[in-house]
Amino acid sequence: MSKTITIDGKTIPFEDGQTIMQAATAADVYIPHLCHHPDYTPHGSCKLCTVKVNGRNCSACTFPAAEGQDVLNNIKELTDDRQKITQMLFVEGNHFCPSCEKTGNCQLQAVAYHLNMLDDHFPLFYPHRNVDASHPDLMIDHNRCIFCTLCVRASREHDDKDVFALSGRGINKHLIVNSISGLLKDTDMDMHDHAAHICPTGAILIKRTGYQVPIGERIYDHQEIDAVSLATEQQHGE
Amino acid sequence: MQVFIENLAASHNYQPTRLLLILRAIQARYHYIPQPAIMQLAGLLDIPSTQIIGVIEFYSFFHLVPRGQYEVLISDSITDAMLGKHKLMDYLSEKLQLTVGAVRNDGVVSLDNTSCTGLCDQGPAGLVNGYPLTRLDRSRLDQIADLINQQKPLDEWPRELFRVDDNLIKSGMLLDRPIARGAALDATFKRGLQETLAEINQSGLRGRGGAGYTTGWKWHLCYEGSEQDAFCDVAAQQQQQRYVICNADEGEPGTFKDRVLLNSYADQVFEGMTVCAVIIGATQGFMYLRGEYLFLYDKLLAILDQRRAAGLLGNNILGKGLSFDIEICLGAGAYICGEESALIESLEGKMGIPRNRPPYPVTQGYLGKPTVVNNVETFLAAAAIAEQGGDWFANIGTDKSKGTKILSICGDCQHPGIYEYPFGTTVQTVLDDCGADDVLGVQIGGPSGTFISNQEFNRKLAFEDLATGGSFIIFNNSRNVLDVVNNFTHFFAHESCGFCTPCRVGTSLLKKQLDKIIEGHGSAGDVVALEELCRLVKNNSHCGLGQTAANPIITTLERYPELYQAQLKKISYEPGFDLDGALETARRMAGRNDPAAHLAQTEAEHE
Repeated sequence: MSKTITIDGKTIPFEDGQTIMQAATAADVYIPHLCHHPDYTPHGSCKLCTVKVNGRNCSACTFPAAEGQDVLNNIKELTDDRQKITQMLFVEGNHFCPSCEKTGNCQLQAVAYHLNMLDDHFPLFYPHRNVDASHPDLMIDHNRCIFCTLCVRASREHDDKDVFALSGRGINKHLIVNSISGLLKDTDMDMHDHAAHICPTGAILIKRTGYQVPIGERIYDHQEIDAVSLATEQQHGE
Repeated sequence: MQVFIENLAASHNYQPTRLLLILRAIQARYHYIPQPAIMQLAGLLDIPSTQIIGVIEFYSFFHLVPRGQYEVLISDSITDAMLGKHKLMDYLSEKLQLTVGAVRNDGVVSLDNTSCTGLCDQGPAGLVNGYPLTRLDRSRLDQIADLINQQKPLDEWPRELFRVDDNLIKSGMLLDRPIARGAALDATFKRGLQETLAEINQSGLRGRGGAGYTTGWKWHLCYEGSEQDAFCDVAAQQQQQRYVICNADEGEPGTFKDRVLLNSYADQVFEGMTVCAVIIGATQGFMYLRGEYLFLYDKLLAILDQRRAAGLLGNNILGKGLSFDIEICLGAGAYICGEESALIESLEGKMGIPRNRPPYPVTQGYLGKPTVVNNVETFLAAAAIAEQGGDWFANIGTDKSKGTKILSICGDCQHPGIYEYPFGTTVQTVLDDCGADDVLGVQIGGPSGTFISNQEFNRKLAFEDLATGGSFIIFNNSRNVLDVVNNFTHFFAHESCGFCTPCRVGTSLLKKQLDKIIEGHGSAGDVVALEELCRLVKNNSHCGLGQTAANPIITTLERYPELYQAQLKKISYEPGFDLDGALETARRMAGRNDPAAHLAQTEAEHE
């Protein structure tokens, strides 16, 4: 007999070594997330996937599933907090969806819609952040970085390159690249790297591909993020 | 420089785990980490340059741009502020002719703030090139400014400027009678290792850092290993590499007991680590000493040497065939490294970012191996228990908190310093002993702990009531609670590691929201919004820092809601910023400052 946990009362099987997120995804249960990707080592930093495990808050993407866990996911307290955490991500950076190429394909925006976020709620930080357009095929718009480290992990774990890292402390956290000049053009980054395609927001963009898919025909223009996420991650997660 | 870096890296065997020590040496010599040094080190240590830059930008004592040849830092601790730090800072800034945060044009000196330096009993305090300056007043600052302007080398400065006193005022079962060197190890070997672990369990000793995990059980788990390891054969279990780490990253503002323990009882602390090592089968130990305690470093190294010479460290300890040695690593200005998994990351030469748990350090700690991390005071107590037995310790204290607690007492009292009390002692007893009267309240356990008002002084110091890592800051009735809360809230925003969203953004939002209320720009809903934000940061943060960062607000809002409400303006909505202040640039550009160039912002002003 396989081991099980319950999520919002629904019994869900899991295998030893699986996280709550992995078990949930396999069982068609969506837990909102931004820094998690099934191909990479879980990071546990965005905290959108916070669930209650036997009454205690845990990150579903890093917390191991264990026999008999009673997990709460889709409850008002948690979804309210997720909405606020998403608002935090919006106000600490400079996210202007209408003028962003990623709009409609952006996971941050899609999660915000999913969580019914209607305003920023918190005061905006308006940080001064740069754009690095030095690379012939890629650009980094630091204004949109949410420090999920997916590019860091993809470069390290898949591309075998170590192009990116996070640096700094606290609210001064920022993305840096591995080159003497500190510019992307002087790294060994290539537009075909996984790291170039994994950014959940519009912080890393491929040049000369902008608006090839018109607004209105983009991923989240037709589907909510829960359905898209489950469909794509179930393929990856096996 | 190239030769210097090469030799430096060689002296650390090109180990990336030694990155902090290497960077400390470069910072000390050049007063920043030059870019060519980063690139050279990346090659020598075989790590990405981004890891080195990350570390430099993470720790307060490392800099990518040059600081002064004399790097002067003045403590931001609330107790120093109470002793007139702000005026002294202005005075020093004028005296040295440079603004706070800047380097003087001639490159000789830089001046900045730093988090609590662990000298609250003899403040206002600061650091110059990492060494402590105590009891600062105007005449000392005159002296210091002259020495800097004459460019006198630090070792020619009067020793009195650097004098650090123990201020050990009240001792109890632990501090009264330190054990003789080697006595705890002797007793351990005589009694037997498992039998000694049983004594530690019997004693009821719990971690002294504040969290209070049962020490004997932690040691037991580290030895037994994870569930998977438990099934492997005994030989494999014995061969497992394990580590013992002493957490001497005493960063909680208002705490300085470890400074005194390491200055006067270090032998016993090392002995406690060694007892732990022989019991769990560790061959390597580390003491992670906070960067602010650099002045203790040489002294501690000398004690380790003496212990090696006495056969208490190194190969074949006391002829029993067991080996163990201790290395001392220095931090570089990051409060978060007091969190045990962040400390381990830091020991590995990385940014101090708390790990995801599970796995816990007892099964996967330093370099992924089973590791015991205990506080300085815990090892001190463990050594005494190993010698005297568990009952001796368990007879003192309360039901759930055995033994004594060493407190760092500072703030508004006649005799700040170190006090040792049995658990269960009331706050009032402590206040009577240290000469505190007209008390408004006490911050127990530092900013991450609890503020208690003068209605609660019958409460007890114990895990079951007021848990504390040792910080005990007293405020008299002349103090403003909101100033205290403001200081603590800014501290957490400064020290957040930035890993998780709720703490990275939340601690900055707490600061903004509190500033808004204190500066008189709050309106009706703003205290409620503050409460909501506190709850959000507390419940969703990754580690103890974020989970406690709102405590100063939460605990004072509970006790003094009227103080917060009194700050609010009467009108129903207030912009989140100073409307009139925002026009300052425009006024300056227009060369105007007449009444018509100012905006009214409150009802009273409108009328």
